Amino acid sequence: MWEHFSHQADIGIKATAEGISKAFEDAALALTAIVTDPKKVDATECVEIECSAEDDELLFVNWLSSVIYEMDVRKMLFSRFEVEIENLTVRAKIWGEKINQIKHSPAVEPKAVTYNQLSVKEENGKWTVQCVIDV
Amino acid sequence: MAKPALKRISEYCWQVEPFGKMTVPGIIFADSNLINDIDEKTISQVCNVAALPGIVKASFAMPDAHMGYGFCIGGVAAFDPEAGGVISGGGVGFDIACGVRTFHTGLTVNEIEGLRERLAESLFRDIPAGVGSTGNIILTSGKLDDMLAGGAVWAVEKGFGTKEDLDFIEEHGCMKGAMPEKVSPQAKKRQQEQMGTLGSGNHYLEVQKVVEIYDQQIAEGYGLKKGDVMVSVHCGSRGLGHQIGTDYLREMASQAGSFGIELPDRELASVPVNSPPGQDYLGAMRAGVNCALANRQILTALIRRAFSEIFHKAQLNMLYDVSHNTAKMEEHEVNGKTKMLLVHRKGATRSFGPGCADLPPRYKSFGQPVLIGGTMGTSSYILAGSAQSESLAFSSACHGAGRSMSRTAATKKWQGSQIVKELAGRRIIIKSRSMRGLAEEAPDAYKNVSAVVEATANAGLAKKVAKLVPLICVKG
Repeated sequence: MWEHFSHQADIGIKATAEGISKAFEDAALALTAIVTDPKKVDATECVEIECSAEDDELLFVNWLSSVIYEMDVRKMLFSRFEVEIENLTVRAKIWGEKINQIKHSPAVEPKAVTYNQLSVKEENGKWTVQCVIDV
Repeated sequence: MAKPALKRISEYCWQVEPFGKMTVPGIIFADSNLINDIDEKTISQVCNVAALPGIVKASFAMPDAHMGYGFCIGGVAAFDPEAGGVISGGGVGFDIACGVRTFHTGLTVNEIEGLRERLAESLFRDIPAGVGSTGNIILTSGKLDDMLAGGAVWAVEKGFGTKEDLDFIEEHGCMKGAMPEKVSPQAKKRQQEQMGTLGSGNHYLEVQKVVEIYDQQIAEGYGLKKGDVMVSVHCGSRGLGHQIGTDYLREMASQAGSFGIELPDRELASVPVNSPPGQDYLGAMRAGVNCALANRQILTALIRRAFSEIFHKAQLNMLYDVSHNTAKMEEHEVNGKTKMLLVHRKGATRSFGPGCADLPPRYKSFGQPVLIGGTMGTSSYILAGSAQSESLAFSSACHGAGRSMSRTAATKKWQGSQIVKELAGRRIIIKSRSMRGLAEEAPDAYKNVSAVVEATANAGLAKKVAKLVPLICVKG
């Protein structure tokens, strides 16, 4: 489950799920939703991502930064995510397709992941992850 | 956190006395309406900057201040490298040297009447804009390094624009001291296909007309007349700048502690200017500045071509090019002594007054053109750097309207198609590939740019010269 939250200049993303991996996956969907409706993005091409960090919050930043990097370099949008997290390392497969300005009518490009309102929290097995994306 | 107590020290200037770890005051330039709109988070960001090592005089905020990352947008702060002063990734932001470039066209509004729609179509077709767009220039690694070292000078050498253009760009088109080798391969890869692209979000290309002249003498000096058609482009350092920001924010946040710097907010990520990581970031960030200058220079050539196809007599001469998100080594006077300081301007414009050595000879007696972008439905302004600006805030002024409403709230309130229709009624042509993008950029989602400019002028940061309104807007 993901949502966007308000920030004066940019857009906040937040996801809540059972397990940190699912929360990271849902947050990546929220990232795509900044650009376009993820339902419009066909999951036809797969890209693999690996990244690590010294804590959960920085791992979350690095994960989303890696997705932004792949979006920007490959000119793709992604709609399906499979994340595995072990020892502060994300190993992920992400599926999507090339951006098509007519099909996706992309609203705005995510520039970077900020540390603003950044948090990765667990309560009774439920993980909530959030941060603000600079657009 | 409650809003720290603000003391009004003049009609357009408010001060937060140092408290806690602040070593200098926070100073906010605003009128009484704008100050009420500045929320406590923005003010606490101003205060946090005032606690960074080596800060000189004060932590400033311009009248368009709003919440940013670490620094507020509209934040200005100078640090003395000799006194342990820091460089902060948060003080520059992700879109390094995002800025505005404005041209004359040599045309009057009557001369383009009847051809406006054709011009709009042509600009929309020829200027790569929006998410996922690519330019026609693909730079392999070695060539990319040349671009990062040379900026607009490199672009002119490659045939984009003329040598005369360079006189009207800060740093004469090339930020010295750039270190392309300090830019990560990832950042370079993001830029390979993005040269000569506008980007998205608040980036735009506008055809404008001059509707008001406030200072006849300076306007003449800048070559501005009522009824003139102008072009402005707002964009930055694209994927490369964003990745440099990402890479170094991470690096500086993790290294700050080893220099004994306590960060009240991770995004204030700072290290001493005179330290290896500080110098690395400075070199990479300067390369980012050059990328933005080269990008605007390539766009210049594309815009000129689009104009010349329709208007044979069009002469797109540069008025000026300013960058908003930078940290630059500059000489400033502190307590009667000239010092070399690192001045961060995050969403703020340099505003050099008359006589400044960096100005092109033609502008020397008038001060630097300060280009203030509005929204697609409101005015833009041309100001001139004032003599007092130096003593007020290290020669700095506002950069734009500044948002007042979030993108999520804007899309709930407006629809893109409705905005296009409404602006068409006011004879403003809007071109964009995304209706949602337009709703997010609704003119009313921004502060009143006229009020921001008025406060900037009344505070003495810059002088009002001319007002421009949009005729055509291509949104990224």
